[in-house]
Amino acid sequence: MATLTLLQAVNDGLKTAMRRDPSVYVFGEDVGPKGGVFLATEGLTKEFGKNRCFDTPLSEDGIVGAAIGMALNGLKPVCEIQFQDFIFPAFDQIVSEAAKFRYRSGGQYTCPMVIRTPYGGGIRGGLYHSQSGEAYFCHTPGLKVVIPSTPHDAKGLLLASIADPDPVLFLEPKALYRSVKGEVPEGDYSVPLSTLRTVREGERVTVFCYGAMVPQAVKAAEQAAAKGIECLIVDLRTLYPLDEEGVLEAAKRTGRVVVVHEAPRFCGYGAEISAMIAENIIEYMEAPVARVTGFDTPFPNTLEHHYMPDDRRILDAIEHVHGF
Amino acid sequence: MTATQPISVIEESGAINGHAHGLSKQELSHCYRTMLLVRAFDDTCLKLQRSGRIGFSIPNKGVEACQVGAASALRKSDWIFPSYRDFGMALYHGVKPLDMMHNMYGNAQDSAKGRQMPVHFSFDAPIHFVSISSPIGTHIPQAVGAAYAAMMRKEDTVFLTSFGDGGTSSLGFHSGMNFAGVWKAPVVFLCQNNGYAISCPTEEQTASDGYAIKAKAYGMPGVVVDGNDLLAVRKVVGEAVERARKGGGPTLVEARTFRMGGHSTSDDPTRYVPKELVEYWAKRDPIERFERFLAQAGYWKKGDRDRLYDECMQEVGAAARAAEETARPALETVFTDVYADMPAHLRRQGQAAFDLAARKGDASAGDGKFPL
Repeated sequence: MATLTLLQAVNDGLKTAMRRDPSVYVFGEDVGPKGGVFLATEGLTKEFGKNRCFDTPLSEDGIVGAAIGMALNGLKPVCEIQFQDFIFPAFDQIVSEAAKFRYRSGGQYTCPMVIRTPYGGGIRGGLYHSQSGEAYFCHTPGLKVVIPSTPHDAKGLLLASIADPDPVLFLEPKALYRSVKGEVPEGDYSVPLSTLRTVREGERVTVFCYGAMVPQAVKAAEQAAAKGIECLIVDLRTLYPLDEEGVLEAAKRTGRVVVVHEAPRFCGYGAEISAMIAENIIEYMEAPVARVTGFDTPFPNTLEHHYMPDDRRILDAIEHVHGF
Repeated sequence: MTATQPISVIEESGAINGHAHGLSKQELSHCYRTMLLVRAFDDTCLKLQRSGRIGFSIPNKGVEACQVGAASALRKSDWIFPSYRDFGMALYHGVKPLDMMHNMYGNAQDSAKGRQMPVHFSFDAPIHFVSISSPIGTHIPQAVGAAYAAMMRKEDTVFLTSFGDGGTSSLGFHSGMNFAGVWKAPVVFLCQNNGYAISCPTEEQTASDGYAIKAKAYGMPGVVVDGNDLLAVRKVVGEAVERARKGGGPTLVEARTFRMGGHSTSDDPTRYVPKELVEYWAKRDPIERFERFLAQAGYWKKGDRDRLYDECMQEVGAAARAAEETARPALETVFTDVYADMPAHLRRQGQAAFDLAARKGDASAGDGKFPL
């Protein structure tokens, strides 16, 4: 086992996939010799050549459209969108095409492909280098949406995504790229998609979170524990398709739920979790579900620390549902 | 229209002035019959739609030579990324009218399992005629990506993607042309300039001097061809295909033609197409032009058209009857093929839909348990 940052784990995952499968191709803007703006693809062109890891023209629509064509014709494309904020020119290709090919062709044509993209705030990126757009994509049957929060999961989920027969949007929490380190197995392994990870055990309040919100939730839970409130923290890590039964089980265990995400609140991912609980297990609930989210505003720059949920806001919500 | 003179082979009189088309009598007959089959399919679908038996159709009258001429330049191992007005290409390569009719009815035998609107075909044999979607131009960069895959495997497959004049304004046209130019991908971009994007004429679509000239900016050849001249389309697309096959990169072909019907059966072109324009193009019918050529070559005589068209109508009519008698897709097909493996939430939703349909006595639930 090596101790890697989340970014290094992504890089290791890409290299592992390219070594095990010659049909894996990596491409996007500046991912070649430069190694990507965050260096996630560093060294790939050198090891695998410029046919298998290469720069494309500056066109997200072209990147994803071409990836779909490669996938239709037997390759395993793993393309990068430089920032999730720039993915929207490719929205049509993702939503109308990649996610629907299997269905609309009765299984004749399929798109086994991965779109990797850094998302989220915490780097003073302002409106266009900070957004969390997961909810747009979780509304798209045919697509899978994955968000790791540890180096171990980043590599394992990426390898599982690349091996998956369906298109996967792999959202990487850029705030954690270099700020978290962890042990990562060498070589090939995978973390199955649509499974939850219990981050911390507790019987008083359940906190559902993912991506860069996981370490914030852990910090809040440590403070809550000091006050005698033990929290069960669940990292959702595959947002879609979600392990709904696992979520309901975890919610039932405490009867008090906090959902955390950076994205705006209205129609955000937390709304789905809340609705799921209300529809299925309302009789187990001791308190209304609390959501700790970004505001329903564009993402600010200078005051981003006010916008992003942190341990302070999460602890507040934990105490609120605990005391209800 | 521009000053650029389209490449033409068959003159209006039918003469070809010594042009060596290199096609056998059998190949020419197949082209001719396929054009009549497109027209028979069209005529039949229009009647089926007007009588309420199918919901929708896309007329092809006037553009048959573009489709068949282009398809005739491809091998069965090549791929077609079509628009929704291209099914003559599939027919040329041996897709059966019955398989298409199943799609028009959206029945259980439809390759798309009744999930798509009519005319949104998908075939993976005898040629890759890639599943059609309704958004315009999205298939263009996909053809380029598929071509990249073939290049990497050192295959000599060629990828033809077809779109209309309206398609050249799409995001996909720009990104697809740009990527193909940079990658020197084996792609033929076929723009069937049929005069209108639904109701929008060329002068409101672009300020450019036609469409072929746009190729220059992407570093590839652009060629204008008379789209109502089957042999000219075959020649120009054939040259582009061979160039691509030999590693010479992509080509944009603009085929000038005219859509004699509406955009779809939901459209009334008399609201926006001047009568004189229709009269002008009616005299330039691609099938009649090809007949005059065949007659001069000694391969066609009066009466052949009626006999062959009747044959095609019978085949298409029988296909329509068979498709109409074919059952609807089972309810489970709403939930299958979303993913390779059905996730738990879809299994639950499918079971609930099945239980409700069974409880209410809705035959579409089919027999047995969900999923079957």
